[in-house]
Amino acid sequence: MTKKTESRVVFWAFLAPVLFAFIMVMIIPFFLGSYYAFTNWTSSARVDNGLRFVGFKNFTNSLKDPSFLYSFGITFVYTILNMIAINVTAFALALLVTGNLRFKNIYRVGFFVPNLIGGIILGYIWQFIFNNAVPSLGTIIPALSFLADPDKLILGKNTSALAAMIIVGTWQYAGYIMMIYVAAIENIPQELIEAAKMDGATPWIRLKAITIPLCAQSFTVTMFLTLVNSFKQFDVNVSLTSGGPSTMLMGKPILGTELLALNIYNTAFISNKLSEAQARAFVFFLVLAIISLIQVYVNKKKEIEL
Amino acid sequence: MKASQPRKSGTVIAEIVTAIIFLLFLFPFLLVLINSAKTSFEVTQYPLALPTRWGNLIDNIVKIWTSESVRYPNSLLSSIIITAVSLVLINVFSAMAGWALVRTKTKTSSAIFFIFVASMVIPFQIVMFPLLSWFRTVTDVTGIRLLRTYQGIILSYIGFGAPLSIFMFHGFIKSIPLELEEAATIDGCHKHQIFFKIIFPILTPIQATVLVLNGIWIWNDYLLPLLVLGKGNDVMTLPLAVSNFAGAFVKQWDLILTAILLAMVPVIIFFLFAQKYIVKGMVAGAIK
Repeated sequence: MTKKTESRVVFWAFLAPVLFAFIMVMIIPFFLGSYYAFTNWTSSARVDNGLRFVGFKNFTNSLKDPSFLYSFGITFVYTILNMIAINVTAFALALLVTGNLRFKNIYRVGFFVPNLIGGIILGYIWQFIFNNAVPSLGTIIPALSFLADPDKLILGKNTSALAAMIIVGTWQYAGYIMMIYVAAIENIPQELIEAAKMDGATPWIRLKAITIPLCAQSFTVTMFLTLVNSFKQFDVNVSLTSGGPSTMLMGKPILGTELLALNIYNTAFISNKLSEAQARAFVFFLVLAIISLIQVYVNKKKEIEL
Repeated sequence: MKASQPRKSGTVIAEIVTAIIFLLFLFPFLLVLINSAKTSFEVTQYPLALPTRWGNLIDNIVKIWTSESVRYPNSLLSSIIITAVSLVLINVFSAMAGWALVRTKTKTSSAIFFIFVASMVIPFQIVMFPLLSWFRTVTDVTGIRLLRTYQGIILSYIGFGAPLSIFMFHGFIKSIPLELEEAATIDGCHKHQIFFKIIFPILTPIQATVLVLNGIWIWNDYLLPLLVLGKGNDVMTLPLAVSNFAGAFVKQWDLILTAILLAMVPVIIFFLFAQKYIVKGMVAGAIK
């Protein structure tokens, strides 16, 4: 064997296992899926039999479905609010645990722990909190008696249920994002802060003039990370609200907190419209692809500035 | 002395505020623990009270352990097998691929790497339905069962976990000097020996990151096992088991919370042992 053929054989041999799995579960299903979005595909259909091309029908049908439009809107609202809530909480926590606290390492670990537990389990815990623990608080403390009113359960109304999802999302994710901010804050040269202190800068000015500008790089990372993760939220949605409570839109009953990922799932398995679910998934993919392109663009621009 | 006085009181306030937030953060877990030690009646009537008899905790744990719908021992074992085997294979295969892609400078090589990176944008939602029908087709043609089996779900985890893992190995391997490998070649080492004897051991820090990121994802994953393994299967992961149980025993919070407690315990124990690596790994993974 010559050197060159040996290199080529090793190259393909080393890539083979990963390529095989990747092609089997990503590449083939991705192209099949993109194609199915434009066909009359149903769950009984296999790859080749009885498929008919229907153009953009699945997309136009989706756009006529109030539940999809509503999901789209509410997913954007949830994503933006969740992103803000997580990052503000995480940054505040990071400032606290990088300070001169005695138990700061224990605090860091505690804030981080929810992140290790899966969203599905966290959702059930909080369903119990919102449906049982919070009303019970209302019966114990007279001033909070409105909490015990069964008609005013937090998960019983759209807006408060969405707020509940943001609370859980923040609780789950803030500790992780905090760790990224902690790494950024601890990278700030200590001399800078000492010098600012000498010049009489208050903690607030030091925060504005030193800490925040020097953490700018990590803001890009955390913003996009929370943006994409909030947009893809599924597990907490399933176990906390299952998309409920129901409400009406354009004369049709819809689910009040059904985010896009859950809407796609329900379209396929509850409404049994597989090709339409596939079309929605395609739109979902396009949105994420655009977000990623923006992220790459922003990062490139930042690199040039540096 | 005077200057340090206000700062000290500031620190005390910060310490108290942080401690309160810390307790609030962990309070949900405390609720799970105390309510796992109650009877069904107690849970619904007094969810915030301490349990009257801690012995109930043992009773509830026994109920969940022996429950037909959670099948805890079985699910725990399945979860461990799926996570462990997937992790080992993702780790070794992605490291191999990352090395091959860095050290081979051809157009094909860069194109393959680009496809891996670009595929990170693809959400699971667009591939999940075709994946199921494709797996069925593969079974029809080859007779190899992929749905509802270990091999099917492990194959899926390798495929979905590979892009990020390869990307991370790729970045790390780029920084390893080529001289190291050239020296080994002169000493008569074959390519595969170079990788397994020299490169792979150097990769330990990035391997830790890859294992942590994939481990947390796979252990907690819900949607992929739900679709690939399905319900009422012998192979069932813990998140799936908990969700089945919660669906079947609606409002039986004493038992649901015990199931949740038992599902969390392995993670918490593991975290306490590997805390340092987990936090480091997750932060490194995010920044890259």
